Amino acid sequence: MIRFSHASKRYPGGFDALQDINFHMSPGEMAFLTGHSGAGKSTLLKLIALIERASRGQVIVNGQNLAKISRRKIPFHRRNVGMIFQDHQLLFDRTVFDNVALPLVISGLSHNEIGKKVRASLDMVGLLSKERAYPITLSGGEQQRVGIARAVVNKPALLLADEPTGNLDPELSREIMSIFEQFSQVGVTVLIASHDIDLINHLPYRILTLKNARLSHDSAVVAQP
Amino acid sequence: MINWMQTYLLRHLQVFFYSLGQLMRSPFSMLMTSAVIGIALALPTGLHIILKNMQTISGDIDSAAQISLFLKKSTSDTQAQQLITQLKAMPQINNVQYVSRQQALAEFKRLSGFGDALKALEKNPLPAVIVVQPSISQAGGAISNSRATELLVEQLQAKPYVDIAQLDMQWIKRLYSIMDIIRRGVIILSGLLALAVLLVVGNTIRLAIQNRRDEIVIIKLIGGTDRFIRRPFLYTGFWYGLFGGLIALFLVISSLLLLSGPIEALTQSYESEFSMQIIDFNSTLWLLGGSILLGLAGSWLAVERHLREIEPT
Repeated sequence: MIRFSHASKRYPGGFDALQDINFHMSPGEMAFLTGHSGAGKSTLLKLIALIERASRGQVIVNGQNLAKISRRKIPFHRRNVGMIFQDHQLLFDRTVFDNVALPLVISGLSHNEIGKKVRASLDMVGLLSKERAYPITLSGGEQQRVGIARAVVNKPALLLADEPTGNLDPELSREIMSIFEQFSQVGVTVLIASHDIDLINHLPYRILTLKNARLSHDSAVVAQP
Repeated sequence: MINWMQTYLLRHLQVFFYSLGQLMRSPFSMLMTSAVIGIALALPTGLHIILKNMQTISGDIDSAAQISLFLKKSTSDTQAQQLITQLKAMPQINNVQYVSRQQALAEFKRLSGFGDALKALEKNPLPAVIVVQPSISQAGGAISNSRATELLVEQLQAKPYVDIAQLDMQWIKRLYSIMDIIRRGVIILSGLLALAVLLVVGNTIRLAIQNRRDEIVIIKLIGGTDRFIRRPFLYTGFWYGLFGGLIALFLVISSLLLLSGPIEALTQSYESEFSMQIIDFNSTLWLLGGSILLGLAGSWLAVERHLREIEPT
């Protein structure tokens, strides 16, 4: 589903955010990406979502070499990648329903379809009763769940989350993680960047560790000597 | 295919009214921007309509081209009458009107207001005048008409008792060239003000884009195409254009209605049956269409320039 081969990212000014990254994730796999802040977690996710492009090497997502996707085609690539952010990135002047509906509106779905899919998605994260609420009236955990509902509403094959539990207490964090586990179980590839070592060490998933822009440890590789 | 078209149209319709709703959230600033556009467009439109009205007036005058024959002062009334019978026989002449010296003096006293000053004069200084209405001005093109008229003037100049034969066309020609200058001035002014409208809309949309920067970033992150993001801004430009055009229309109509009373009084004093035309259907269509186009073009420029700069980081 995701394949990095010798991928590097150097920002203008000469800062190396990622160097020679190699790993592969199969469809339906769930993995954590960890490391200190500044180790390159966010940059790695940005390469997958084409917010940034690799300076060297290859990034292949869903069989497609991202270097070959032109600027105009980027939106269509992003529609297949659900993204979840630490700061939720919700629109505060629209209701929960409208926020979750946005990816579907962008894809040009009909009114009826949008209603059905948005409610299904909100139901999954347990927020069906809040569809008419504005995000500002929700708690941090609820806002994050709205963000998740929006990321999965058009059933992307790949889900990226950047510090999704960054601002949440352990209880809520576990709750959010269990939502991700559910998606993984139905075949969605999930990659979660997180520095919450305590939490992810308790979960039975692959852990990719970044250190100084390099992939220093991959639990899947160690498991098979 | 039909289904796809339907959703496409529906989506456009939604954004169309969504952008209107967004504007209506801050009616004051919306009105301010539209008023700026309206005033900028009202000026050239008003001038254009005044010019059009002037053309209809001068058109009336054109067909009323006359030749005035000023007779030598020594000419007696009987001699003048002989000349008139002679003139009436000419095919190029439609109508002849005789103004004797006494009549000329009376008319001059009445119209000029110099009556008392004229009393001081011992002798009547005014010559008798024969006003000749050429018949050729009814047919043929404008140029051949004026040639023929000039030929007639030459013939009449050669007649006995005629001191000066004067074609009352000179001032019409001058009026035409003045109107030509004004027309060009209006075109230049229209161009400049259209540019101003373009910049006003462009700047307003630029600010709107900056205000909604976060929203644009989010939409780009979840796969919104440039076209999707551009659409509401373009429709906002459309609405600005439409409202600006309507305000301009209102300003033009109300200003011209205010002006039409005095103008008609003025033209009546010239014994003209002129009634002022405020604005016709075509001009209305041009005004509204033009302002909508300017609104769209202005927002297009702003969107093209600024939307690319906003990318998720």
